[in-house]
Amino acid sequence: MTLGGLLSGPPAVVAAGVDVFSDALRAQGAEVHDVDWRPPGFGDPADLAALALDPRRNAANRVAVERILAAGSQLVDVRPAREVIGLADRTLLHSGPPLTWATASGPMRGALIGACLFEGWATDVEDAERILANGEITLDPCHHHRTVGPMAGVTSPSMWMWCLKDPVHGGQAFCNLNEGLGKVLRMGAFNDEVQTRLVWMRDVLGPILQKAVRGSIDAGNDPLDVKSVLAQMLQMGDEGHNRNRAGSLMTLRELSPSIVAVEGVPSSDIAAVLKFIGGNEHFFLNLGMPTAKLAMDAARDVPGSSLVTVLSRNGTEFGIQTAGTGDRWFTGPANTPVGLFLGDYGPDDANPDIGDSAIMEAYGVGGFSMAAAPAIVRFVGGTVPDALATTERMYQVTLAENPAMAIPIMGFRGSPTGIDVLKVARTGWLPQINTGMAGRIAGTGQVGAGLVQPPQECFEKALAALAEATRTA
Amino acid sequence: MRSVALRSGVYADSVKLMQVSRDVAAADGVSAVLVAMATPLNLELAANMGLAPEEPTSPEQLLIAIRADDDDALAGALAAVDAALAARERSTGSAQAIPQRTIGAGLDELGGDGSALAIISVPGQYAVAEAADAIAAGRSVLVFSDGVPVEHEVALKRAAHEAGVLVMGPDCGTAIVAGVALGFANVVRPGPVGLVAASGTGAQQISCLLDMAGVGVSHVLGVGGRDLKEEVGGLATLDALAALDADEATERILLVSKPPAPSVAQAVEQFGNGLSVPVRSAVLSLETPDLTAAVEGLLTDMGLDVPVWPSRPGPAEAVVPGAVLKGLYSGGTLADETMLLAAPALGDIRSNTPLRPELDLGTDLSATGHVVIDFGDDALTVGRAHPMIDPTLRLEALANVAASGEPAVLLMDVVLGYGADPDPAGALVPALTAARAQASLPVVIALVGTEGDPQGWSRQADALAAAGAAVFASNAAATRYALDLLGASS
Repeated sequence: MTLGGLLSGPPAVVAAGVDVFSDALRAQGAEVHDVDWRPPGFGDPADLAALALDPRRNAANRVAVERILAAGSQLVDVRPAREVIGLADRTLLHSGPPLTWATASGPMRGALIGACLFEGWATDVEDAERILANGEITLDPCHHHRTVGPMAGVTSPSMWMWCLKDPVHGGQAFCNLNEGLGKVLRMGAFNDEVQTRLVWMRDVLGPILQKAVRGSIDAGNDPLDVKSVLAQMLQMGDEGHNRNRAGSLMTLRELSPSIVAVEGVPSSDIAAVLKFIGGNEHFFLNLGMPTAKLAMDAARDVPGSSLVTVLSRNGTEFGIQTAGTGDRWFTGPANTPVGLFLGDYGPDDANPDIGDSAIMEAYGVGGFSMAAAPAIVRFVGGTVPDALATTERMYQVTLAENPAMAIPIMGFRGSPTGIDVLKVARTGWLPQINTGMAGRIAGTGQVGAGLVQPPQECFEKALAALAEATRTA
Repeated sequence: MRSVALRSGVYADSVKLMQVSRDVAAADGVSAVLVAMATPLNLELAANMGLAPEEPTSPEQLLIAIRADDDDALAGALAAVDAALAARERSTGSAQAIPQRTIGAGLDELGGDGSALAIISVPGQYAVAEAADAIAAGRSVLVFSDGVPVEHEVALKRAAHEAGVLVMGPDCGTAIVAGVALGFANVVRPGPVGLVAASGTGAQQISCLLDMAGVGVSHVLGVGGRDLKEEVGGLATLDALAALDADEATERILLVSKPPAPSVAQAVEQFGNGLSVPVRSAVLSLETPDLTAAVEGLLTDMGLDVPVWPSRPGPAEAVVPGAVLKGLYSGGTLADETMLLAAPALGDIRSNTPLRPELDLGTDLSATGHVVIDFGDDALTVGRAHPMIDPTLRLEALANVAASGEPAVLLMDVVLGYGADPDPAGALVPALTAARAQASLPVVIALVGTEGDPQGWSRQADALAAAGAAVFASNAAATRYALDLLGASS
C-alpha cells in the first residue's frame, strides 16, 4: 500500500475547520489550501452522514451522470398530443408537480380555461371554470407522460408536439410548440388573440412542421440534432432557458429548406410559418426542454444516486425528483422570481415560479450556464462577474462538467451538470434558475423575466428520503 | 405631462431597455416609463399605459414613452433615458473568487496532486462528509475532529482501505508526513523510524526521545485512539503498517497505542511479523507500561547507546507522610502510562479515564486519594480547546489541589511543539508559585518536546525548574521520581 504517493514528499494540504493547524503548516512552509467550510445549509446531521457514507453513492452518481452526458437528442416527428402520448379527451397536462383546480394559481387557471375553450369543451370562460372546478377535466403533470411544458405547460389533445428521441438510450420526450411572447396560453392568457393563434398552430403550423420534419428524414437526411444546436447556442450568447435567440435562428435555418419544400399548402401559409418562427426568440425553448428531459430521464432509477432528475414548478409548488427515489415528488411552496418587468407591471403582478423549463437547469444550462449569457444577469441588475460567479457556485453543487456544453468565457469548461442533493445541503447553495414571469391574475400573460431559486424545503425532503432509502438498502 | 417619441437607428437589447425603463421610472415625479423597441407587443403595452405613439412605427425604432407630473420631471426623465442608453457597463470579465465550501471542492481546485492530504477539524457530526470527499478523490485524510461516531469511523476506514488511502483519526491530533508536522507534533529530525500511533502524546513522547538520542523519524502516522479497539479492529493501523513497510525512508517501525483490545493487538502483531521492516511494539499494557523503555529497546535494536534523558532536578523537599499522587495530564496516553507505572506501587488510582471501570471519577475532579486526570479527554474538551492550547481547567484543578489541604505530590505533563501553547511555562509558573506558597506541594513535570520546537525544551525546562519543579524529558522517569517522593518506588 503506497497511499497514492502520500509518503513520497511533503504533501499539499487541503484543510477544513479551525485555522491553527493551517497556520502551523504555513509556518513550516507547507502548501496549504483552506476551504471556506460552513455548517450545512440544512439537513439532519445523521442523514447527511448516512448519505456521505453510503457505499453505493459515488458509483450510482457516476452512472446517473454518465447517462446524462451520453444522452443525445434528435427531432424525429411532430404529432398531436392525442396521437403521440395517447392524451385522452377531457384530459389536460400541466407543468410541475400534481395539482388541483382549487390549488392552481391565476396563470395556471387561465391556461386551463384557455385549453378547454380551445378544445371546445366549454362554451365560455364561466363554463370552463365550472367543468374544471367540478372535476370534469382530468389534470396530470407533463412529467408523468415523458413530456415537459414551459410556464403553465398546459397541453391538450389537439396540440401538436415536438417528438424527440435519444438515439443512445432509446428514450423519447415530447413538448408542445412555442406560441411566442406576450399574451400567450402558457403565461395564462386565453382571449381571442390566444385562441386564434392556437387554432392557426393546430391547423397550419403543426401540419406543416410535421410534413417538413418527416419530409427531410424521408429524403435521407439525418434528423435534426437538437443537442448540437443547444451546444452551439452556448457559444453564441444563449443560456438555453431565458435566452434562446441564437438557438431559435439556428432552428429556423435548419428547418427552412424542408418547410419550403412542403407541397400542397398555399405559399402564404409557408410564409406565415417562417415569419412566426423567425419572430419568436423563444421558439427553440420547446426543443431544448425535451432535449434536457431525454437526458434527465436517462438518469432515472439509479438506486443510491442523490442526483436531481427533475426541477419543476406548477405556479403554486416547486417539485423535484431524484435518481435514487424514482418518480416521487418532493415539493415546497414556489418562490416568486426577482427580475425586470414589462411596461408598468411590477413585483406585485408576478405569479410564483411556474413551468417545467427548469429542466434546463437540471441539465446544467439555463441559470447554471449563466456565464455563457452575461446579458441574462442584468435581469436582476447584476454584472458580468455576477454571471461568472453564479456558474462557479453551481460547479460546487453538481457532479460533473458536460464537455458537450462548453462555456467559452470559463475557458470552455463544460457546464455544471447533475445537481447533487447532498452538495446542495452541504454548501447551502440552492440551484439558480432563469425564468419568465407570468401575471398572477388569470388572463394577464407575461409580465417579466428574472431569476429564482427553488424552496429549500424540496431539498430537505429529498435529503431525508434519500437517507431513509440508504438505511433500508 | 407625457412624451412619446420614436428614434430610428438606435438599438439596445430588451434586457438593457427594461433596466433603463425601471431605473428612470424610479425617479420622483415620473409615473410611467416605457423604453422599448416598437414591436407589436411593446406598442400594445404602451397603449395599455396610455402612451401609444400617434405616428406610424416600425419595429426597428426605439419607443421612448414617459408620463410625468410636470415639465421638470419629464425633462429629467428624458435626460435620464439618454444618459442610461449612453452608459457603458464596466466589465472586467473576471469572476469574483468563489470560495470552496467542501473538502471535495478544495481537492478539485487543487487538481491532480496525488500526494495531497485533507485535514478536517470541523465539528465531529459533520466531519464524516468531508472525510468521505477525500476518500472519494483518492486522498488520505487526517480527521482531528472528535465526537465522530465509531460506526462512521469504521465505514470511513473500510472505504479508505478499498480506495488505497489512509484515514488518520478521528480524534487524531498528531502526525508527521514526510517532514511536515500536522496538528500537535514536534520538530524532530528526519530519520529511519516510522511510527504508527493510536495515541497522540504517545507519539510525541517517543519521537522527542528518539530525537534526543539522535535518531530521526520518517513519518508519524496517527490512526486515532480507537483504532485498536474491538469495534474498529485496527483497520487504519494495518494500512499504516503496510504503507510504512513499502516506504523507502522507513527502516524500522514502532507501534504506539493506549491499551488495545487483546484480540486486535494479536492480529496487528501477527501482521507486523509478516512485514519486511522490523516492527517493535510500544503498545501500553500492565506488562509493558513504559514508552521510554520501548524507545530504549529500539535504540538497542539499532546498536545505539541509550543516552541519559535530559532532566532538571527538583529542590530537596520533605513530603508529608500520607501524601497522595495528583496527576494532572493534558496527554491521554501519558496519563495511562503514569497509571500503569504507579498502580503497582500505589494501588488503586482514580481517574476520568481509569484503568478499570470501577475507578471512574465521574465528574468529580476534586476527589481525594490518588488521582490522575486526563484533561484532553473528549468529555472535558466539549466547547473548549484542548488543554495543550487552553490551560484554564488544569490550572483551576492545580489551585484546588493546593487549597484542599490534602498532602500531595503533583505530577503534570507539559507538551511542546506545533499547535501547543507558545509558552506553556509562562502560564504555569505563576500558578505553581501560588500553589506552592499555599501548601507544601512538590511538583514533578514531564516536559515532552525538543530543542527544535518553537518553545525550546531547555528554555521551558529552566523556567519550570526555577519555579521549583523537577523536570524530566521522559514521563516514565517523571512518574518514578514522583513515586520516590511518595516513598512508593515500584
